[in-house]
Amino acid sequence: MRTRLVTVLLALITAFLVIPGAVATADEQGGESLHGQIGQPDDRDLGVEGIEIAVFEGDDEIEAATTDSDGNWEVGLPGPGDYRVVVDQESIPSEYEVRETVLLVEGEAEVAVEADEQRPLIIALDEAGAAAEEPAETESPEGGDATEGEEEAPADDEALEVEGVSGGFGDRFAQLTAAGLLFGLVIAVSAIGLSLIFGTTQIINFSHGDMVTFGAMMALLFSSGAAGMGNSLLAIFAGLGVAILLGAFMEGRLGRTLLIVLQWTAIFGGIALATLVGVLGDGIDWQVPLWLAAVIAVAMGAVLGGTMERYLWRPLRKRNVALIQMFIVSIGVALVLRHVILVLFGANRTRYAGFQVQELVHLGPVSMPPRDLVIIGVALVVLVLVACLLQFTRIGKAMRAVSDNRDLAESSGIDVDRVTLYVWLLGGGLASLGGVLFGLNQVVDYEMGFRLLLLMFAAVILGGLGTAYGAMVGGLAVGLVAMLSTLWFPAQLMNAWALALMILMLLIRPQGLLGSRERVG
Amino acid sequence: MDILMILAEAARSAVGPVAAIYALAAVGLNLHFGYTGLLNFGQVGFMLVGAYGVGISVAVFDLPVLVGFLVGLGCALVLALLLGIPTLRLRADYLAITTIAAAEVLRLVYRAGFAEPVTNGVYGLQNLSSGFREVNPFDAGGRYGFGAMTFTGNQMWLMAVTWGLVALFAVFTWLLIHSPWGRVIKGVREDEDAVRSLGKNVFAYKMQALVLGGLIGALAGAMLAVHQGAIQPDQFKPQVTFFLWVILLLGGAGRVFGPIIGSMAFWFLMNFTDGFLKGLGREGLLPFLDGPDYGAIQLAFVGLLLVLLIVFRPQGLIGDRKEMLINVK
Repeated sequence: MRTRLVTVLLALITAFLVIPGAVATADEQGGESLHGQIGQPDDRDLGVEGIEIAVFEGDDEIEAATTDSDGNWEVGLPGPGDYRVVVDQESIPSEYEVRETVLLVEGEAEVAVEADEQRPLIIALDEAGAAAEEPAETESPEGGDATEGEEEAPADDEALEVEGVSGGFGDRFAQLTAAGLLFGLVIAVSAIGLSLIFGTTQIINFSHGDMVTFGAMMALLFSSGAAGMGNSLLAIFAGLGVAILLGAFMEGRLGRTLLIVLQWTAIFGGIALATLVGVLGDGIDWQVPLWLAAVIAVAMGAVLGGTMERYLWRPLRKRNVALIQMFIVSIGVALVLRHVILVLFGANRTRYAGFQVQELVHLGPVSMPPRDLVIIGVALVVLVLVACLLQFTRIGKAMRAVSDNRDLAESSGIDVDRVTLYVWLLGGGLASLGGVLFGLNQVVDYEMGFRLLLLMFAAVILGGLGTAYGAMVGGLAVGLVAMLSTLWFPAQLMNAWALALMILMLLIRPQGLLGSRERVG
Repeated sequence: MDILMILAEAARSAVGPVAAIYALAAVGLNLHFGYTGLLNFGQVGFMLVGAYGVGISVAVFDLPVLVGFLVGLGCALVLALLLGIPTLRLRADYLAITTIAAAEVLRLVYRAGFAEPVTNGVYGLQNLSSGFREVNPFDAGGRYGFGAMTFTGNQMWLMAVTWGLVALFAVFTWLLIHSPWGRVIKGVREDEDAVRSLGKNVFAYKMQALVLGGLIGALAGAMLAVHQGAIQPDQFKPQVTFFLWVILLLGGAGRVFGPIIGSMAFWFLMNFTDGFLKGLGREGLLPFLDGPDYGAIQLAFVGLLLVLLIVFRPQGLIGDRKEMLINVK
């Protein structure tokens, strides 16, 4: 076997060596070029069309290019050397101007291009007049740049948007507290599942953030018209859901073989149905209001969580895969989930239609759009319901028991596998709900969950890993800290402060606010 | 679609500069995870400080590139100490979350508005490689190699230095691991309490491993800055760390050659899938996908690879299964 492999390898290497080099280089699309993308200052994903860029060698213009609708431009060059790139100021829309950098002075840049280099050149735009409005006391141009950075912060994808924050310090404090409360509630809703999953299975679930994205995307899909793909996804998840519920309720009542046959029939039935409605395509078109879409999304999120537990984590536990390995598997699952979502839904940043512009409601010093009030209300109700579930019902008590000590719970007669499945169902559903709420407040895009994930970790560690109530307390604390930090510090750093709080907590009280001491080894 | 050409291009990238840089960073990660059992998910943070050490020294303060390397290494040393003191006493999963959070905080700080005078914010720094290329012994415009394996002089110079560093640190790792120090480190991985009961200061050993691996990571970051000539904070997203983990697990953690083989195999696979998908796209076989989707499919493939590796071959290509089945505490 080994010798055969070596032979194949040798043959391949020989093959590469005899491929003529000239043909291989022809694939590199002809040597040197300059390229780049010019985006709008407030949203760099949106290109600016029609900006003319000329390239000079010495005083001779050799090439020119115009940005296309995505703001992309490319200039082919005759060979390596020093070139002067000139951005035609006339062609820039009057509301923008070229941003001055070290390299780019008054729309001109000197660049050196090496042989076979496809060199990117960054040309950025600013709002016209932004530089002129700079306070006169800024001594250096660098100082001016820094203030500009803060001004464009709200559009930055690392910071969150808060509506209607203005006025004196007291007003802003009140408004940001309200915003922090909202953000914290969203984090808390999403993070309960993370904490409970850790408690019951000891897995740090890295894919939790992408379960959040999944929920937001599903709600977006069904509220904006679910033809073709929506129907197919629904069919697949219905099949999976039936299979999981069969497993949860009928285990022990039906024969093992019959159960397995029924489960796989459900799954394959779902896939077959999905193919069928997929072929029908946009023939079956339907649309539901957002609240109903959110309900569907929560159900699908629960099914997603249950499916991962039943068909991935439980088999892995049965194989005695080490926890570190499980942890890495969850990162793999996260990557798969995120990029499948990216392929299916694209990288656009969208909002739920109909909730973008709303009249602000004034409550004392705080004013916020009605949708934010609804988010706060829904989140509070859900948190209270989850707390009641955990505190008063049999299954809730079992969840807390398993979370506290898995072996002890098992030896006192609790069906640990079934409880774990319920925890995943609950966690997946709550993550989806958190995604819908977060998407309603902010924008929906394929990376939103990953951005929330680290904050969820911060919340869970702050409150105490493995405790559900800790996740709630921690979520609120993280949300408030993130929002209130913008009172004094740039908005771009709001997440950094939340994470810094987590690291600080680990220093002082590693078991978290509500955790018990012996948890940390 | 010319399958042989795609294979050739993939093979070329497997020995190219990027593979070398990732191999170097993975050698550092191997010291962390493979030998000491530290779950460091913030290796990209070390690369970031290394790259910006070079970037800020060269582009902002006009210092020679060698000084930049030293600045980057110094920053990595400080980062490792700052990161290690609070977290190395904690359980492994806490370390993982803290390191990934710390790397993200670093990225957010480097791209933030107030740091813009030094880091140029989200736009990053440019024109970093001229100092490195001045000492290039190869002819910058010339072509080296044979057949499909052709590189320009600049690439050759960078590859020579980076693969040289990889070889150097591979030998260094081998020597370390076969020294008394290395035996203690492996003991820490297997059972911390047992090592502690022998009177060793486990915290100090873990810290030394963290610093060493971090310095190697920073060196990889510095080479990345020199290779690209331009750096932006957003290229140091956590994804880079995940790539490094795939590389390490693919090659085999706890093996001197693991990260090197892993990096070559990983970039071969990445470029092969990329070329293959693009080829299929050109043939019109993938009508339901757009160009940007190929990258997403590739990353989904990385995730799948990670899952399948852990489930079916946790020891990677050349690892020792017994060694990697131990549950690191």
